[in-house]
Amino acid sequence: MLISATVIGLSLLRGARSDSSRATIENLNARVRAWWVMTALVAVALALGPIVTVVMFAVASFFALREFVTLTPTRPADYIPLLLCFYVLVPLQYALIAFGQYGTFAIGIPVYAFLLLPAFASLAADTEDFLERAAKVQWALMITVYCISYVPALFLLDIPGYERSDALLLFYLLLVVQLSDVLQYVFGKLFGKTKLAPQVSPSKTVEGLIGGGLSASAVGCALWWITPFNWWQSALMSLTIVAMGFLGGLTLSAVKRSLGAKDWGAMIEGHGGVLDRLDSVSFAAPVFFHLTRFFFT
Amino acid sequence: MRPSSYLLVGAVKTLFGAYPRWIGCKPNGFQRIYFANHSSHVDTLAIWSALPPQMRRTTRAVAARDYWGVGLRRYIATSVLRGVLIDRTRSDPTPNPLLPLIDVLSQGESLIIFPEGTRGKTPIPGVFKTGLYHLAVQFPHVELIPVYLENLHRSMPKGAVVPIPMICNVRFGAPVTLTELDTKESFLERARAEVIKLAGPITRV
Repeated sequence: MLISATVIGLSLLRGARSDSSRATIENLNARVRAWWVMTALVAVALALGPIVTVVMFAVASFFALREFVTLTPTRPADYIPLLLCFYVLVPLQYALIAFGQYGTFAIGIPVYAFLLLPAFASLAADTEDFLERAAKVQWALMITVYCISYVPALFLLDIPGYERSDALLLFYLLLVVQLSDVLQYVFGKLFGKTKLAPQVSPSKTVEGLIGGGLSASAVGCALWWITPFNWWQSALMSLTIVAMGFLGGLTLSAVKRSLGAKDWGAMIEGHGGVLDRLDSVSFAAPVFFHLTRFFFT
Repeated sequence: MRPSSYLLVGAVKTLFGAYPRWIGCKPNGFQRIYFANHSSHVDTLAIWSALPPQMRRTTRAVAARDYWGVGLRRYIATSVLRGVLIDRTRSDPTPNPLLPLIDVLSQGESLIIFPEGTRGKTPIPGVFKTGLYHLAVQFPHVELIPVYLENLHRSMPKGAVVPIPMICNVRFGAPVTLTELDTKESFLERARAEVIKLAGPITRV
């Protein structure tokens, strides 16, 4: 699929007439190139086993958290809570997954971190904007660490009757989410007319969402045989992943705008930062995990 | 360059990004004095790491002797970073404190200095000390490049030992030239204004 995307992208570039269409196609090609790299990384990680995958997502969380914290205003009193987030909570969360501790991993951050971090911040005795700062740290931790950690957590699912590796579940989730993102972009550029939420995200359109979302769901449905679902369950799962992914992208766009930024970072050429790529996954992964766990284990 | 230098740069980029933004000049090989705002001990590491590898070889950063002069930090500052230790506190008043910097420039190498002399608490740099002016007078052919470092004051506030990972873009501006009409004060104020200009709109304190 990526090969065809690359070929299409290159041939479109040769045929491009105007400057703006050239710019769009170059953007598309830059995205496709970045996708190659990401696919390669994920494929290697999955092939090397769960521990490597856990480590890889821990690193991704670290960089995503770094991006989030960079853009949100913080005060010196937030120093200890932020220090704990980066150097204690990120390794701890992923270690819990690596050691199969489902219970602790699922409630550690929402219960303990969310209560204790503002408590530490209040001990630093700086009450200016206290609620906003506490909320920002919570959000940063929730999205970049807790939600993203649900991707490698799929390895913890023990699904009776499913003899294949959980790595295929990860692959399924990531493929549907990112395909949905890319196809929404493509359909949006080709057929986009009605903007969905122009103040939040100027490039999202109804046509893009429906076209991209439905086609990504169709691919997910067609891949039912690598999952523990049958074809219609796979279709519903894919639709859920697409919907959550879309909401994740939209919500984090709103957060970005409120912080005055267009991208979370500039680490990936053509894509912005790590969090720009993982914003859809961050909403889709926990829901996919819990739906699979609820209905299939 | 030594492997430990690459390791240090890798660690700095992992924690701070240290992404160079060549806004007013290009990374050519000219002999330069880079002068930047100063807000944390990692400033030196950030600017040095932002330079391309071949420029790192010929650019020496200043490091305050009272912080970097002991133990492991001394090893990092002198052998890995190849920095220049300077005496900030003026404990021994007779020798010229600029002497190590003059040595570096006389040998044709570039310099990274922090004209404020001490770490500021705000994102806007404070008043510049006179060292930059004296060096500009003595070495008129050296390019003077203003540099702005963002976010590092948040990453490692005064008193902190461990930095919080935060992305710092290192912005390199256009050269500032010393003209015949300049007095010491007008030149330093103009240099400081150039650094402030590079900061752009400050939305995050």
